[in-house]
Amino acid sequence: MTLWISGYILLLVKFGLVLGCLLFLAAYLVWAERKLLARLQIRYGPNRAGKFGLLQPIADAVKMITKEDIIPAEADQSIFLLAPTVVAATALLMFAVVPFGESLAIMGQRIPLVITDLNVGLLFIFALSSLGVYGVALGGWASNSKYSLLGGIRGAAQMISYELALGLSLVPVVMLAGSFSLVDIVNAQSGYPYILVQPVSFAVFFISAMAESKRIPFDLPEAENELGAGYHTEYSGMRFGLFFIGEYVHIQVLGALTAVFFLGGWHGPFLPPFVWLLVKMIFIALVMIWIRGTLPRLRYDQLMALGWKVLVPVSLVNIIVTGAVILMVG
Amino acid sequence: MDPVNTVGLLSPWEPGIFSLVLFGALVVGIITVLHYISAVIGEQKPGIEKSRVYESGIIPTGSARLRYPVPFFLVAIFFLIFDIEGAFIFAWAAAMGDLGWAGWFQISFFIIVLLIGLLYIWRKGGLEWGPKPGK
Repeated sequence: MTLWISGYILLLVKFGLVLGCLLFLAAYLVWAERKLLARLQIRYGPNRAGKFGLLQPIADAVKMITKEDIIPAEADQSIFLLAPTVVAATALLMFAVVPFGESLAIMGQRIPLVITDLNVGLLFIFALSSLGVYGVALGGWASNSKYSLLGGIRGAAQMISYELALGLSLVPVVMLAGSFSLVDIVNAQSGYPYILVQPVSFAVFFISAMAESKRIPFDLPEAENELGAGYHTEYSGMRFGLFFIGEYVHIQVLGALTAVFFLGGWHGPFLPPFVWLLVKMIFIALVMIWIRGTLPRLRYDQLMALGWKVLVPVSLVNIIVTGAVILMVG
Repeated sequence: MDPVNTVGLLSPWEPGIFSLVLFGALVVGIITVLHYISAVIGEQKPGIEKSRVYESGIIPTGSARLRYPVPFFLVAIFFLIFDIEGAFIFAWAAAMGDLGWAGWFQISFFIIVLLIGLLYIWRKGGLEWGPKPGK
């Protein structure tokens, strides 16, 4: 019984650390993005709250909590309240299958450094990323604003289009690892990361991941200068904050997934495993911010053409070729 | 490896379903608390102007329950078709080692049919957005 209770306590501590890390990093990713983007555009960025503006995320959090939560008169109340919850919850839940190290041994027991090692972990991720579309589509629809509606529809169409490429680009990874479990996929990369053997898959996955997270150059659902803020035009206060948390947690999760599928997960020399995962995650996030500072926004037909006419056929052909090569090598 | 089994179902030491459910509950709990805090200490001064929908300062006319263009509907249909076919490919990918060359030939045929289908909707103009140039 004591073993069980101590197990539950350790489990809760683990969850607390994971969620704390994710939310803390989300807050500071916003800071890093504002700072880096400012530097790329030759300005200073936030520099008033604390040294280098380091207290800015805290100031933002206080502001969001104390702001008035305005619900438009004609909005569909319950769906309007639900949408940001869906966005934030799916992003946080996606991290549940990401392994961040070998298991630890405490009190003669093995503590797995992963929240849940589902044998269908990869499908779990697709399921949640499909559910995330609901947050965007329903948020846009429920606001009863034309800008939001356009943003929501664009977001839904874009996300389902790129989800296809995202899914197909991971088939070669499953073929190489022989498993849907993210733990197995990371373990299979102990020798070499899959980016070396699957550069095409990596490129398709990374582009689709950026489109999934609705960032420049794929930020048509938000498109500040034509739609206001797209699907979250009408949101304010903490609900807007939840959309924001969802977006930045999503970036981290996609960084972690890129690391897990292509960069060897927590494998790496000298440093402890979770540090390696963190380094890879943050590196991918910074690359995304860099791309945001560099590229202009795509036009909608270009966006759809890239998804359907380039990424989907390329990943399908890649599957056939990879299968043949794996079978030939043996 | 089959980590989800009934032996350690409620054990906190196993990374199984129980762990996932607890994590899910924690995530939903945190979000609920955030909603609650902001509802309690957030400013509350409702007004007609505030609750009006934002349309860049112009008073909105009509509802925003608009009809939307057909291409969006087409994308949803294509997604359904291709995603289900993607599920078949995934099933093959997991068992690829056992199926060998026979499996590869079969899935290659399947993928080629899929590509022909994609080419067909492409030629039919299902993937085109906006007016064609020159029309």
